[in-house]
Amino acid sequence: MEENKFKVTIDGIETEVAPGTTILQAARQIGPEVAPPAMCYYKPLEKSGGKCRACLVKVAQGSAKDTRAMPKLMASCITQVQDGMVVENYTNEEVVETRKGIVEFLLLNHPLDCPVCDQAGECSLQDFAFKHGTEAQRFEEERRTYEREDIGDKIQLHMNRCILCYRCVHTADQITDGRCHGVMYRGDHAEISTYISKAVDNDFSGNMIDVCPVGALTDKTFRFKNRVWFSKPVDAHRDCDKCSGKVHLWYKGDEVIRVTGRKNQWGEVDEFICNTCRFDKKETADWVIEGPAKMQRHSVLSANKYRKDAIKPEYALKHAAQNYKQIDDSRPYNKSLEEVKESEDYKALMDKNKEFKLLNK
Amino acid sequence: MAESIKILTGNFDVPGIEQLDVYRKNGGYAGLEKALKQMSPDEIVEEVKKSGVRGRGGAGFPMGMKWGFLAKPEGVPRYLVCNGDESEPGTFKDHYLMMKSPHLLIEGMIISSFALGANTSFIYVRGELMYVINILEKAIAEAKAAGLLGKNILGTGYDLELVVQPGGGAYICGEETALLESLEGKRGNPRNKPPFPAVKGLYQCPTVVNNVESISTTPWIVLNGGEEYAKVGIGRSTGTKLISASGHVKNPGVYEIELGLPVEEFIYSDQYLGGIRDGHGLKAVVAGGSSVPILPKDLILKTAAGEPRLMSYESLSDGGFASGTMLGSGGFIAMDETTCIVRNTWNFSRFYRHESCGQCSPCREGTGWMEKVLYRIEHGKGNERDIDLLVDVAKKIEGNTICPLGDAAAWPVASAIRHFRDEFEWHVKNPEAATKKGAVYQPELSLA
Ligand SMILES: Cc1cc2nc3c(=O)[nH]c(=O)nc-3n(C[C@H](O)[C@H](O)[C@H](O)COP(=O)(O)O)c2cc1C
Ligand code: SF4
Ligand code: SF4
Ligand code: FES
Repeated sequence: MEENKFKVTIDGIETEVAPGTTILQAARQIGPEVAPPAMCYYKPLEKSGGKCRACLVKVAQGSAKDTRAMPKLMASCITQVQDGMVVENYTNEEVVETRKGIVEFLLLNHPLDCPVCDQAGECSLQDFAFKHGTEAQRFEEERRTYEREDIGDKIQLHMNRCILCYRCVHTADQITDGRCHGVMYRGDHAEISTYISKAVDNDFSGNMIDVCPVGALTDKTFRFKNRVWFSKPVDAHRDCDKCSGKVHLWYKGDEVIRVTGRKNQWGEVDEFICNTCRFDKKETADWVIEGPAKMQRHSVLSANKYRKDAIKPEYALKHAAQNYKQIDDSRPYNKSLEEVKESEDYKALMDKNKEFKLLNK
Repeated sequence: MAESIKILTGNFDVPGIEQLDVYRKNGGYAGLEKALKQMSPDEIVEEVKKSGVRGRGGAGFPMGMKWGFLAKPEGVPRYLVCNGDESEPGTFKDHYLMMKSPHLLIEGMIISSFALGANTSFIYVRGELMYVINILEKAIAEAKAAGLLGKNILGTGYDLELVVQPGGGAYICGEETALLESLEGKRGNPRNKPPFPAVKGLYQCPTVVNNVESISTTPWIVLNGGEEYAKVGIGRSTGTKLISASGHVKNPGVYEIELGLPVEEFIYSDQYLGGIRDGHGLKAVVAGGSSVPILPKDLILKTAAGEPRLMSYESLSDGGFASGTMLGSGGFIAMDETTCIVRNTWNFSRFYRHESCGQCSPCREGTGWMEKVLYRIEHGKGNERDIDLLVDVAKKIEGNTICPLGDAAAWPVASAIRHFRDEFEWHVKNPEAATKKGAVYQPELSLA
């Protein structure tokens, strides 16, 4: 058991993972405070990742055997950990700077009209830009624009918003048969399109809507019915002969206005659902209601409704220690993690945290 | 340097050399005979290692070492793929080689395939070059009829099928993993690495990808020995290199030079480029294809330390990117003083914007952004902020992408601003003068 675990340190926090685990998965195992953002990687989809470069991290030590740093930033979603690897994410200046650049690149051709976008509020790009971007905008050129395109009668493609993450292509490849949409052309003129305007007609095509991180693929049966933050997600299921039947129902008052797959903490749908569940079952009577959906992290949906995960004090202190090193006095934040743990300040903080957790029970 | 040694092109001028019998009469396929009848695959790999020959496709990775990395699991086929996609602006030597002497490449492919244990090998040729593809296919048919390809080659029991594949019509298909995707019949998007092709390449099998020119050195190396090859050239830049010379020189064309030739001699001697066209003087050189940093005259002729610059991997990169460049694929573009560097940089960036595959965001968005900004500057609509912006965008692309096309797009822009910043500033400060037809910045004028 011990032998086939790899030790990896991410932003000063150590964890053990099975060989073959990626840096991103190892970081998620530690928790959201060290997990890199991911705009193209989508765990349930094979071969996803490596494209958006949002998850770039610094590998400060390749492994226990080869202690050299890797010269380039690495895409954490596709880079496997080695035993003894040391990774810097939020604690590395270069990573933070580069990520600002990635936000800027992804927004370059993306319309900044969130107020009229249906994805607003559950958009990964919005979250990503909010958390990692800068306010200033340096792009003065014209954005590329496309006509809206219907992909079948239930899905609309608004290519202007697409960030070419390829998730929908992998979805169509892996969970529907006879993919007839994909990426055409190259470079910043590349676009998602259907093969000579052929409609995507498939029992599972609706999942492309769920995997799309932005408002490029949207549910035509829901479009502009409501702002997502005014709707209430509920966990529900039904007996379905095509899929797991496990969904979120989105309510406006008593009305089910939308059905989606259940997204996990990382915004990924673990169990894809069929189009019957998604588009045809919009009565409460169609479903067994389980209770309010847990919106763990996802954007404004969780704001004021659900408790935010408390930041681990260990991480907060380590972060402070790294960032305030230069002050160089005797207070605990320029000590090693072990020393920090021994300090009075840390113990006090831990007590506070206990109180906090009790209060929030 | 006296009459220099010709390892590849020695018999290119023999009439009919593209035909099997003429090629054979001039010593062709002697290397193959020796390789198949007197040597083991490992011995060939050893000779290639000793030769020190480095990949001629751009990256300059030692070919023998690459061959040594090839994984050899039991029961899994291995492939050799020859990269003849050659689409980099300024580079046209593989095109010339395949057209002139197809059997040289074919002989090299058989020897290399034998050395690597491949029984099916591919030559991926830039799709626009249909006539070259026809020449190759004709030559392959000849070789097959003569028992040099197919089953039981030369009676030795070794089998090899050689397939010519027309390319997908994109520069990115020359990147080795995009090439493999394209060869598999998919969209030519580069793969994330690892895994490297040596472990999982074509159809997920161990694969070696080498450039046309690299593979064409093997008949000579086998015949004469790796050590003999290593005696040619200078230091770790062994052997000869095909240089595609273009631009404002008197004698543009493809030249086989011994590595180590001084750049000055290459440009000005009559044996080579014969100097800059009459009445003009050299301004700048892109020494290794459009991707590598551009250098002004002073730095291409001499290093920052004042040493004469040589045509070799080490000398051209002396000084790093601050004052050096790269040998790259050997696309040597010389520009005289009538060249507007801003316009030229814009032109290059137009190419990279067009050719980015669009998979990763820094390259997809960054190449388009740089092109748009450069377009504005060139057309009199730039401002001073734009120059630093370009430097910053280039920096944010470099090193952060899936494949080196991102770097290749960033370097020409970054280097042009590094060495010709005043020319960019003149453009943004004097839009009217700068947008006049044929207007080129003159350093003396800028002072006025
Ligand atoms: C955008 C791009 C285009 C490339 N085009 C070519 C090409 O046309 N021909 C080539 O031999 N190598 C090309 N390369 C380099 C190949 O990826 C690879 O390194 C080379 O084929 C290996 O052969 P070598 O070691 O013999 O040079 C290209 C690389 C990039 C990033
Ligand atoms: S449409 Fe959505 S899922 Fe598909 S590539 Fe674009 S952003 Fe990604
Ligand atoms: S660097 Fe450019 S060409 Fe290479 S994979 Fe990324 S987008 Fe494609
Ligand atoms: S999430 Fe890793 S590159 Fe997109």
